[in-house]
Amino acid sequence: MDTNLVEMCRAGLKWFTMLLDAPSARIVLFGVRIQGHIFVEVLLGFVIVFLLSQKSYKPPQRPLTEQEIDELCDEWVPEPLIPPITQDMRHEPPVLESAAGPHTTVDGKDVVNFASANYLGLIGHQKLLESCTSALEKYGVGSCGPRGFYGTIDVHIDCETRISKFLGTPDTILYSYGLSTMFSTIPCFCKRGDIIVADEGVHWGIQNGLQLSRSTIIYFKHNDMDSLRSTLEKIMTKNKRSKNLRRYIVAEAVYQNSGQIAPLDEIVKLKEKYRFRVILDESNSLGVLGRSGRGLAEHHGVPIEKIDVVTAAMGHALATEGGFCTGNARIIDYQRLSSSGYVFSASLPPYLASAAITAIDVIDQNPELLVKMKQNIALLWKGLKDIKGMSLASDPESPIVFLKLEKSSGSTKDDLLLLEKMADRALKEDSLLVVSSKKSFLDKCRLPVGIKLFVSAGHSDSDLIKASESLKRLASELLL
Amino acid sequence: MITIPYLTAVSTYFSYGLLFAFGQLRDYSRRIFDWWSTNNLHGYAPICLAHEDFYIRRLYHRIQDCFGRPISSAPDAWVDVVERFSNDNNKTLKRRTKSTRCLNLGSYNYLGFGSYDEYCTPLVIDSLKKFSPSTCSSRVDAGTTSVHAELEECVAKYVGKPAAIVTGMGYATNSAIIPVLIGKGGLIISDSLNHTSIVNGARGSGATIRVFQHNTPAHLERVLKEQIAEGQPRTHRPWKKIIVVVEGIYSMEGEICQLPEIVSICKKYKAYVYLDEAHSIGAIGKTGRGVCELLGVDTADVDIMMGTFTKSFGSCGGYIAGSKDLIQYLKYHCPAHLYATSISTPSAQQIISAIKVILGEDGSNRGAQKLARIRENSNFFRAELQKMGFEVLGDNDSPVMPIMLYNPAKIPAFSRECLRENVAVVVVGFPATPLLLARARICISASHSREDLIKALQVISKAGDLTGIKYFPAAPKKQEEVKDTIKLD
Repeated sequence: MDTNLVEMCRAGLKWFTMLLDAPSARIVLFGVRIQGHIFVEVLLGFVIVFLLSQKSYKPPQRPLTEQEIDELCDEWVPEPLIPPITQDMRHEPPVLESAAGPHTTVDGKDVVNFASANYLGLIGHQKLLESCTSALEKYGVGSCGPRGFYGTIDVHIDCETRISKFLGTPDTILYSYGLSTMFSTIPCFCKRGDIIVADEGVHWGIQNGLQLSRSTIIYFKHNDMDSLRSTLEKIMTKNKRSKNLRRYIVAEAVYQNSGQIAPLDEIVKLKEKYRFRVILDESNSLGVLGRSGRGLAEHHGVPIEKIDVVTAAMGHALATEGGFCTGNARIIDYQRLSSSGYVFSASLPPYLASAAITAIDVIDQNPELLVKMKQNIALLWKGLKDIKGMSLASDPESPIVFLKLEKSSGSTKDDLLLLEKMADRALKEDSLLVVSSKKSFLDKCRLPVGIKLFVSAGHSDSDLIKASESLKRLASELLL
Repeated sequence: MITIPYLTAVSTYFSYGLLFAFGQLRDYSRRIFDWWSTNNLHGYAPICLAHEDFYIRRLYHRIQDCFGRPISSAPDAWVDVVERFSNDNNKTLKRRTKSTRCLNLGSYNYLGFGSYDEYCTPLVIDSLKKFSPSTCSSRVDAGTTSVHAELEECVAKYVGKPAAIVTGMGYATNSAIIPVLIGKGGLIISDSLNHTSIVNGARGSGATIRVFQHNTPAHLERVLKEQIAEGQPRTHRPWKKIIVVVEGIYSMEGEICQLPEIVSICKKYKAYVYLDEAHSIGAIGKTGRGVCELLGVDTADVDIMMGTFTKSFGSCGGYIAGSKDLIQYLKYHCPAHLYATSISTPSAQQIISAIKVILGEDGSNRGAQKLARIRENSNFFRAELQKMGFEVLGDNDSPVMPIMLYNPAKIPAFSRECLRENVAVVVVGFPATPLLLARARICISASHSREDLIKALQVISKAGDLTGIKYFPAAPKKQEEVKDTIKLD
């Protein structure tokens, strides 16, 4: 048996070697003798080529079947639409029963009101009410249409002209809501790729506008000019492409979240050095700062042409609603077709536009209102200078007097609850209405929280003294 | 679905192509001209890039006199349109002191509250004298007056929900509420023709956005199934929540949303429904309660109902109505409630009085008359227009009726012809509508009388003959005539 197998193997081998060494042994190709091993090598070469050309192994695609999709849909459990309501969310605001002037009525009691941004005391002014009444009788309440489709009433155009004349700018565009002014203006001029340098303390409207614009946003420390300078320096040197992009600095004249006033002269110097454009929100400085109430530019002695875009909400000193944006004609014209809050929304009710015109006339003709307001701010500062547990964090000239907590408990939520309790007790015990900071979870501003008082020209000296006494007492009781 | 005749499509493309070519030519020569003169930008990048406002400068400015027409009286059935003239070929328009009395087919004045009303306006003036035009404060600080509290109760009762929250602007309501309800990890499925405010609110929220075909519940179901099975993009984790956003009446189509089917689909797949009733509240339904009443949908099935007061109530502002917990949560977190000045008190009073008139609580039946009249007017007008051969969109009972124009040259032609005969109409083109589908949009009001409508029909018929927009023959058999058409959504 073995020998048969060995015999067969030997025969096979002999036959095989004969095959290999047979005629090809005599072929000479390109000076190389073709021998048997060449065939093996060629065969191996073909095998290698075949293997390399194979695609790598992929697991087969198996899309979900209808039944599996149905099962997944049945299994899926969504979150509830809103998280469960906690007790602190049930807090009710005070309900006013009369106009929100320096004195108002809450729950039948007379209350001193420091919570309305009625800086010049124009709420309840006779001339304003008269012009509103005549506008209501002529035009009704609403304007029933956007500006492009018969919603432009002649009072809107008159209002825009009046504001331009008051501020000394070429043109103005009117918006129907104060908060939407900033978040409609910014996306108009800033698109993806542009660079915006904004203060970290800007209010939610501006933050929303910045987010909608999809530009690159860099925040600088609140009202800190050194931080702004170093940020601008870094942008202009590191990023070579930034010379061809549009670059903006966004700031507020008087910050709603802290009461600080922006140093406009330094901002303008930086802007001219590094070639940025400035967008300024003058909501709380219109009618307040400057010798004749023309805003931050007059206050610092900067010509208004140097600020590229000025926006403002009219719900503060002008005691009406809505907002506007002013600047040179090209910017304003562009907004009339591309600003979404202007094109896709109904226009301002005509009686509010005529109220704005009357308010500006009153400011022009009565400069003593500004003087009185500045005196009131100084008096309130004197009264609150030595309050315990809180410190004055706003600018001495700003109409928003901001008392921040000196010692924070560590959690913003607890601070807000404490401040809310303080404001509630001020209302109940001393008939004093003040504002405690409130934060939505959408607000990205991380400035310290505190109590805000809006000083008005209509407050009397006794009101201011009462406010300072009450706050000092409550601070010493609750914060120590 | 709009079927555009083949020849019209070709001519519209050709017209736009011609306008575009001319515009480019003028831009090119302007650039050469500017190259000679000095550039005074001194290192700044130009604030408006050249291609961004090409459409405005070269196409829109030619027909600028058809848009933004100022009026000098209340936006009632008849309105005084101020005349304008231009010295530089429509680039800037100057006002004249003269104005012409025109029939108003453009304002959103569905129930006729847009002008002096015998019940509402005296109450509004009283509240103005008591509360003055503004509270200068946000709702949580000192901006809530007794009128605001009454308004929210009134609105909630009217709409049929337990509670409501009111803001000062309809546009801002969407932009400020949607980010509070949903954030990253959530999914928003919105109709393809939703309003810009919804799109902006959805973008601002950070959630993923998917679009379903306009008013097609079958496609909505397909999208929902796919998305739930797939999960979040790239990570495939399950979605946190899904909100489907639809509108009651679509303002550019005049169509009413197919709410019952959409609500049943959303219930099946556990998605939340957000209904924007900007145009439908107060205008449709037996007592004016909107699309839910018209189509018989229970308001408890719609999770969030939003609407505005600008159209049917003659005021300003917007509202959200929902469960008590939802409204409490929104009052605590919504930025429009915390940071923005509250709605003007006289406007709030106007809304309360208008709702009282509609429900008949002022002691008269003017409300019921208004609702009946607007329904009659809309149906009459639409039927007559269709009989004349115009291509009119929209469903029955809807007071918004777009008439298709298509060609860019017909936009100013139709508008100017009508104005010459003292009828004020609204024309819309790109970018509010798709490029080829320009239209004229008629808004009927309850204060239009039958004679007004007949006059309007005569003028529109004449203008339609002159501009050639009677795409259908003036006979009821429209179906067979529509050959050689291309379908466009």
